[in-house]
Amino acid sequence: MIVSCPTCQLLSRVPSGSEVAHCPRCAARLMARGHYSLQRTWALVIASAICYIPANTLPVLTTSTLRSSQSDTVLAGILYLYTSGSWPLALIVLIASVMIPVGKLVSLGYLLLSVQRGSVHASRERTRMFRLVEKIGRWSMLDIFVIAFVVALVQLPPLMTAQPGPGVPFFAAVVILTMIAAFTFDPRLIWDQLHAQQQAHG
Amino acid sequence: MRDLDATVACPGCDLIQRIPPLPTGGTAHCPRCGDGLATRLGNTLERTLALSIAAAILLVIANTAPVMGLSAAGVQASTTLSGAAEELWRQGRELGAVVVVFCSIIAPVAYVSFMLTLLLSLRRNPAPSWIGAVMRAMSAMAPWSMDEVVMLAILVALIKIAALANTTPGIGMYALGALVVVLAAIKVTFDPREVWRKVPWTA
Repeated sequence: MIVSCPTCQLLSRVPSGSEVAHCPRCAARLMARGHYSLQRTWALVIASAICYIPANTLPVLTTSTLRSSQSDTVLAGILYLYTSGSWPLALIVLIASVMIPVGKLVSLGYLLLSVQRGSVHASRERTRMFRLVEKIGRWSMLDIFVIAFVVALVQLPPLMTAQPGPGVPFFAAVVILTMIAAFTFDPRLIWDQLHAQQQAHG
Repeated sequence: MRDLDATVACPGCDLIQRIPPLPTGGTAHCPRCGDGLATRLGNTLERTLALSIAAAILLVIANTAPVMGLSAAGVQASTTLSGAAEELWRQGRELGAVVVVFCSIIAPVAYVSFMLTLLLSLRRNPAPSWIGAVMRAMSAMAPWSMDEVVMLAILVALIKIAALANTTPGIGMYALGALVVVLAAIKVTFDPREVWRKVPWTA
């Protein structure tokens, strides 16, 4: 069996049945496919979907001024940006905090199901979709950084203060888990069914 | 040996193929799944090294200088990157604080350090055998190094707080902005295939 090195792309012949093989050039561990790729990705996708609920229902930021105190969830924060007149900003945060995490979970779920069903359709498009998911996931960390800066800066009691809400760790967990889920998914699995069919037909 | 180097299995679909001789600046894509396979840049490792040194200097400034400040009713305040994480930790959001420190400070510093180690060690002939390990550590750090996301977050926070008080961008923010550009340039000029050409091996 010929296996490609994940680090340096060197092709090596690995005797089938051997447990552990290493790349002769860079010493990376050689594996034909990611270990338990589907199971691991499923586990991470499900875990992040669960965290997504408190991430969106719990407040992430509380701002208190002399007159009032207000707790905002992620969505309420976006709405606040929109109503305070900066719709481009609201759109940026909406894309980063809502559309990217949801899009990632849906895309990964679809990719996992399509691989498990042995689909051979639109393999090229599915690979492109995976590469996109892999690339844009980091941007959903935006809101966590925004909250960190607002909280660090707006500390002028009693005039005004800002506190991070209980939703913060859940939101951070969603971003981390979906990023790891994208790393554990092996896109080559998308093509294995096609390969098996071609082999069967000679 | 050259020929063997040109034969690869696509990382996206495992199709084995030969990369044709590429013109400088040319990129080869997999005909089946469209993944990028190789880009020929010529000998750009020296350029990447120069950029990495610039990135290291910018990292020091971005991590020590205040990234943004605020003034309201005669009171002034400012925060650095680590200050933002510290305040999250102090207010009981430890996971958030760890994520902020890791993605805005540790991962970028580690990425640039590994890149410098890699490029400097390649000046030795033959290249040391631990280069593969450095390369793997660097690739592991790359996705968690989120300077461009942090940069955008500073801009969003500046505008968000502007509703409450006067905000001013700090020196750290400008350093971070420059760092984002330099890191992007590093990613564009760095050709891993040039690295592997310098590593001797026996099957």
